[in-house]
Amino acid sequence: MSDLRDLYQDVILEHSKAPRNYRELPAANHKAEGFNPLCGDRFTVYVALEGDAIRDISFQGSGCAISKASASMMTQIVKGKTMAEAEKIFGRFHEMVTGHAPAGGSESELGKLTVFSGVSEFPVRVKCATLAWHTLHAALEGKQDPVSTE
Amino acid sequence: MTSAARKLDGEKRPVSATGRFDVERVRADFPILHQKVHGHPLVYLDNAATSQKPRAVIDAITRYYEGSNANVHRGVHFLSENATEEYEAARLTVQEFLNAAHSREIVFVRGTTEGINLVAQTFGRAQVQAGDEVLITAMEHHSNIVPWQILCDEKRARLRVASINDQGELLLDEFANLLGPRTKLAAVTHVSNALGTINPLKRMIEMAHSRNVPVLVDGAQAVPHMKVDVQDLDCDFYTFSGHKVYGPTGIGVLYGKATLLHAMPPYQSGGDMISSVTFEKTTYNQLPYKFEAGTPHIARVIGLGAALQYVDGLGMENIGAHEHDLLAYATEAVSAIPGVRLIGTAKEKASVLSFVIEDIHPHDIGTILDQQGIAIRTGHHCSQPVMERFGVPATARASFAVYNTRKEVDALVRGIEKVRQVFA
Repeated sequence: MSDLRDLYQDVILEHSKAPRNYRELPAANHKAEGFNPLCGDRFTVYVALEGDAIRDISFQGSGCAISKASASMMTQIVKGKTMAEAEKIFGRFHEMVTGHAPAGGSESELGKLTVFSGVSEFPVRVKCATLAWHTLHAALEGKQDPVSTE
Repeated sequence: MTSAARKLDGEKRPVSATGRFDVERVRADFPILHQKVHGHPLVYLDNAATSQKPRAVIDAITRYYEGSNANVHRGVHFLSENATEEYEAARLTVQEFLNAAHSREIVFVRGTTEGINLVAQTFGRAQVQAGDEVLITAMEHHSNIVPWQILCDEKRARLRVASINDQGELLLDEFANLLGPRTKLAAVTHVSNALGTINPLKRMIEMAHSRNVPVLVDGAQAVPHMKVDVQDLDCDFYTFSGHKVYGPTGIGVLYGKATLLHAMPPYQSGGDMISSVTFEKTTYNQLPYKFEAGTPHIARVIGLGAALQYVDGLGMENIGAHEHDLLAYATEAVSAIPGVRLIGTAKEKASVLSFVIEDIHPHDIGTILDQQGIAIRTGHHCSQPVMERFGVPATARASFAVYNTRKEVDALVRGIEKVRQVFA
């Protein structure tokens, strides 16, 4: 059962129970909706972009512990970052949860997000971990249509 | 060589010397069940999604490919005659299984979804006009919603939906009231895949017929669990999938009353469905071949025949009684777990135990159970309107088959306790 603890780390469970930045954002000038049709997870990500910088970010919606914790921790780590920095973190995060992280690569950019490294052992849960990130990406790109993980 | 005389013989095998239903003997027939998953014995409780296959079905398919493979209804040679004979013998098995009046009323399709689409695209397109109505229920699978939505959009007709109550039972009065002068068809499920509700089908069909409305039945979740007699039900169409009743995937059956099937335009066109073709005119083949264009899934049909033989050998009464016992046992045990809420608590239910746990998403339940070797379904079960009706995005669903045991239910209960520990 050690695998299970790898996936459901305490930090993840804690964020899923008490997600940060879980609200609407009146000042948002970018927002997008993300949907995982397989399990019905659905999140809206709100971004207040100032120039190139993510001044504020929040999310709302429903989903499993992995997707909710991922959304919560994403909002924490990208707040104050530039769009390019946020996209870069997404790239590293995606590599990590799909098990494609380069050997010997630095995890420092990911910080606390490394708690999601256990996801790579659960391929069907990768979409849960990345849903909020895909949604953020869509919000930053100004896409109108809801993004789907399918 | 088996022959067209392969009939359901009613021989009941899985009864031990003491006269009790012997589930261990049944389990021995299913090779896949005897494996470990993540270090635990497999507990397969996703039978409403698909059932496992007994050795008899696997062997029938292998035997066909090793000994009889040829195209059907075409060759004069030995193998083609064998293949045709086996293929048509399976049709007779299905006819007998459903107690259809004629074997020409049995059309082989890919599954329930194709059966419904066939009726929507042929009967539906011919019969439903602007302003007409098609009636469904609020507990339908997407496959018994979307084909009618597309048809109604195309014809500017109206899709009507009869509601369900908080237990997941159809509101019969509402169903009756919605059967109006413009209703051209009622398309209803026999057993709900998300809730397990068994509909009072015979009464519903009587109600519809009293208003001259024909009825299509989605039998995907019913055929594995109960005796279906299409003549007794008097349904106009009945469709089911082979893979949920221990047969192969990608094969199913559409039963239709011969008079209706005769009057319907063809579905797909091509070889086998014609009796003569010139560039000026084509004459369609007789039933059921009019609806079986192209080379069919011969091996799967033979596999389906073997599955229904197998089910008949177990005895539908034995299967139903065993599963009823499991469902009652599981319902009591799972609903006693703190924080668990059952979705679908109809008085009449078959096989399905759908539930949610407070503050724990079904997807997480599914992953944690899987780590203990327990396979359940999590999600919306292709029934998003049902999820919306009960105010949940998804449920966890355990569904039982003839080879499941009380011990496996106990494992499920322990598994759910583990889920609660992880999230404590």
